[in-house]
Amino acid sequence: MAKKTAYQRVQAARDSHKISTDELIRGLTTDFFELHGDRSDGDDQAVIGGIGLLKDVPITVVGIRKGADTEENIKRHFGSPEPEGYRKALRLMQQAEKFHRPILALVNTPGAWPDVDAEYHGIGSAIAKCLQVGMQLKVPYISIIVGEGGSGGAIALACGDKVFMFEDSIYSVLSPEGYASIMWKDSSKVQQAAEALNLTPEWLQENGIIDQIIHEYHSGENLGPLRDFLANQFNELANLPIDELLRQREQRYRNF
Amino acid sequence: MLQSRFKMPSRDELKKRMDKIPDNLMKECPICHTTFFSMRMGKQRTCPNCGFGFRITARRRAKITFDTFDEMDADVTVPDQYDDKKYRGKIAKAKKVTGIKESVLTGIGSLDHQKVAAGIMDPFFIMGSLGSATGEKIVRLFEKATTEKLPVVMFTASGGARMQEGIKSLMQMAKVSQAVEAHSKAGLFYLVVLCDPTTGGVTASFAMQGDIILAESHALVGFAGRRVIEQTIMKQPPKNFQRAETVLDHGFIDAIVPRTNLKQTISQFLRLHQREASHG
Repeated sequence: MAKKTAYQRVQAARDSHKISTDELIRGLTTDFFELHGDRSDGDDQAVIGGIGLLKDVPITVVGIRKGADTEENIKRHFGSPEPEGYRKALRLMQQAEKFHRPILALVNTPGAWPDVDAEYHGIGSAIAKCLQVGMQLKVPYISIIVGEGGSGGAIALACGDKVFMFEDSIYSVLSPEGYASIMWKDSSKVQQAAEALNLTPEWLQENGIIDQIIHEYHSGENLGPLRDFLANQFNELANLPIDELLRQREQRYRNF
Repeated sequence: MLQSRFKMPSRDELKKRMDKIPDNLMKECPICHTTFFSMRMGKQRTCPNCGFGFRITARRRAKITFDTFDEMDADVTVPDQYDDKKYRGKIAKAKKVTGIKESVLTGIGSLDHQKVAAGIMDPFFIMGSLGSATGEKIVRLFEKATTEKLPVVMFTASGGARMQEGIKSLMQMAKVSQAVEAHSKAGLFYLVVLCDPTTGGVTASFAMQGDIILAESHALVGFAGRRVIEQTIMKQPPKNFQRAETVLDHGFIDAIVPRTNLKQTISQFLRLHQREASHG
């Protein structure tokens, strides 16, 4: 199969048939129990969080998700979290730290939800807190970009010890549409923007932004191999003394 | 009689006279729309009517805020790997206008005999955008402050991530957050002053991570760009949306301090956070 162009990759990452965050959670964990709410303002549907077993080890999962149909997509703003979503994720990650549970963050978002209420409720502050706390969580923390990894809204949950990307996923400072409109005042130059942004998993791995590419899993496929892979990764991280874990995470980002 | 003495000047004569008037003699405040003689802005560059702080270079801010200022990492600049001609042109122009080599000026300042690690973003350096060297300078500042047990004061003014540096720019949000948290865990004080404009990736990282967050009067403070929001909600956002006063009302800023009182306020906060010798 010929290699996809950057823009084809963008389309593949956004494909509505792509495996969803919910399916991944169901396929990877057993006894998953979803936990709601940020304990201050609401429960953002774009972010799912909870506790489950990954090969008999309890882990905390947080994930940004799109909807399966239009109705769900409207509720979830097509995968764009509100501040309440980031605060829910943060709450669950801090809880994971308390109970020494590793954290798995699944990311599929074009970016944080850009509207008036999100600003009023402190979207910037909510992302900033996720980053600040995420950097020092004393438990293994793995992030996977599943589909779209757009901007600050993505990095908020993509600052783990390891960051992986699915084959058909993208990760960039801004959407190609946004980039084209800012750089060339022409949002139709999406294809050129996709090239210029270097948003493919291959480029990002070569340049040390992400650690590894995970081959694409489709809806309904057996996630066993991915489960094994993640369990191994968590194991390796869990074997490090906490100070060393934090030092390595620090170093990972210090080098950028 | 008066008429005979006061003759309407000719068109050419008028033009000649107009040319003699220096440009920018009058200034209009973008917030309260008062027009005033530009000299009235004073050294602090504020609107004499509403107190709005006009955008100023980092060098000027260092001068009006600190008694002494020893610059750090003055030569840290955009890496050579970014060789796009248009981008290099922007960098060259920005350096000339601001007199610094990246969008933040960092150093050790003193204020009423109190030592502080200070970062000042420059809105005239490619909109104060967060380049990888910007992140590097800020991280080094925090690292020095952590080692030397100094408080940090950061003046933010930024359009957000620097598009020309792509994902590396985004990574700075995580890199700086890490340094801020290490400084915080050491029990040290971090004061933020949000200046006009503070947006995007800077708002979503170190601008919102201060122990105390102040803002200048009427400064634009937000995350998403106004145009993007307009496209989402398909109408105009409300008046004063993303202004410091509105953000204060929603609970994300400790206080708004007019620029003319900033020096005194910062000094006061530094004094309040001085660690007693007996406490180590």
